[in-house]
Amino acid sequence: MIEKQSDWQERLSPGVNAIAPSGIRKFFDIAAQMEDVISLGVGEPDFVTPWSIRESCVYGLEQGYTSYTANRGMPELRQEIAALYQRRYDTSYDWDTDILVTVGVSEALDIAMRAVLAPGDEVLIPEPCYVSYQACTILAGGVPVAVPAKPENDFRITAAELEEHVTAKTKVLLIGYPNNPTGAIMTKKDLLAVADFAEKHDLIVISDEIYGDLTYGEEEHICFSSLPGMQERTILLNGFSKAYAMTGWRIGYAMGNKAIIAAMTKIHQYTMLCAPITAQVAAVEALRHGEKYMKKMVAEYDRRRRLIYDGFIKMGLECFEPKGAFYIFPSIRSTGYTSDEFAEALLQAEHVALVPGSAFGACGEGHVRCSYATSIDKISEALNRIENFLKHHSK
Amino acid sequence: MRELLELLEHDARRPVSELASMLQRSEYEVEKNIKDLEKNKIILSYNTLINWEKFGDDTVTAVIEINLTPQREVGFDAIAERIYRFDEVRTVYLMSGSFDLLVIIEGKSLKDVANFVATRLSTIEGVTATRSHFMLKPYKKDGVIINDEERDRRLVVSP
Repeated sequence: MIEKQSDWQERLSPGVNAIAPSGIRKFFDIAAQMEDVISLGVGEPDFVTPWSIRESCVYGLEQGYTSYTANRGMPELRQEIAALYQRRYDTSYDWDTDILVTVGVSEALDIAMRAVLAPGDEVLIPEPCYVSYQACTILAGGVPVAVPAKPENDFRITAAELEEHVTAKTKVLLIGYPNNPTGAIMTKKDLLAVADFAEKHDLIVISDEIYGDLTYGEEEHICFSSLPGMQERTILLNGFSKAYAMTGWRIGYAMGNKAIIAAMTKIHQYTMLCAPITAQVAAVEALRHGEKYMKKMVAEYDRRRRLIYDGFIKMGLECFEPKGAFYIFPSIRSTGYTSDEFAEALLQAEHVALVPGSAFGACGEGHVRCSYATSIDKISEALNRIENFLKHHSK
Repeated sequence: MRELLELLEHDARRPVSELASMLQRSEYEVEKNIKDLEKNKIILSYNTLINWEKFGDDTVTAVIEINLTPQREVGFDAIAERIYRFDEVRTVYLMSGSFDLLVIIEGKSLKDVANFVATRLSTIEGVTATRSHFMLKPYKKDGVIINDEERDRRLVVSP
């Protein structure tokens, strides 16, 4: 019998071993021990799911909605999703063949990668980006290729930057705007250039638009598949977690061409079978009657965004004004700390938790991610503590 | 202006500096806006919602439905004024339906409130009937849930 730890390590899948451990675990462990910690490190809404959505789920349970659903999801949910996208973005997804309801965008991303990647295929990933992008690529046998987005360009990615990293092996471009962790969005002009690039190299574009409803100011979110000719080559991912404060329900969806959705459904039916029916019932209610609650939450995020942005600017930190999601990504280079050191020192000294930018890709170094999905009082107090920290701790 | 009002309605004690940041205006401008809103009686007063029961007070609240005979020229307004001028009367609404005025009264005791209705309200000329309902337990007031047990259940750090 083999008992040595190292032997077990060797027996694990090479894909799993190739994945770096999470860069935020350490902060979670420290912060979870503290009593008076204010966390700007949370990647989910502070709102509880609107009551009408919760209530519809309770009613669904009373009515006996406890079974499996169709693998692709309840027809009424897929119809609502198709109608929403047609209404808002003028897309033409067939609800029956082009949509798959998944267990959050996380599952959708995983099976999208598994459906399209062959071993060694390269995936272009603009960074900083959500922590799963690299991992899902590796687990699906692909090779992640980071394309750094620049702060001086408001963390938007350009076609020229993508061109620098494209090779004969590039198969997929994976983008996530509005962006976690930077709060960046892409303008229509930016995206049209990316669309041309995708066309030129015949790439599949996976567009994670989970924060699509959360944009602020004049610029509205542009759905990538609504761009001319892009619906066919795009796998669009979205869900209910952020816009409707439904993270724990684990419900999302993927939209794409018939062949890709059929392939993803094949994986989904053998691994997940279907998304939980309770969450699907709630999601139908969210799409039918939830928009007003969503808009109220977005208005509240917007106020907090202005408050926290103003706070960082007044402290003298270099900071890009976020245009979407609920994160702000100030530069902490002026302090002399690395982002990891800064996050740890701030947590120890002032009990404010945030996430080092390096957790979202190497080019996130020098920044920290602060979530403003928390109350105005807490944001204010956190800003005071950070200001105090800067006064006493800058190297 | 609407956004400023919404912020104040939710929390009138927000410092002007915070309001200014959130509204992307100068502090001077925000203060001036508030002054104007007060002057124009759009902002009427800044109240505090207090859970008096928790503090230890045993006040009695009654909802009174009142039927009136409207008066020439002024309709219900003159009688409504006679009623809402009383300090004991907290709220007065003109209603459609089977009664005319909905009046909320607070008093020290049941007897206190009953006495006020019998001697002060019912005797007003034009009041034809009153029906009193005593409030047993408040669950939600002005949009605020009285005993809200919902709390932040999120992980302290997450991606």
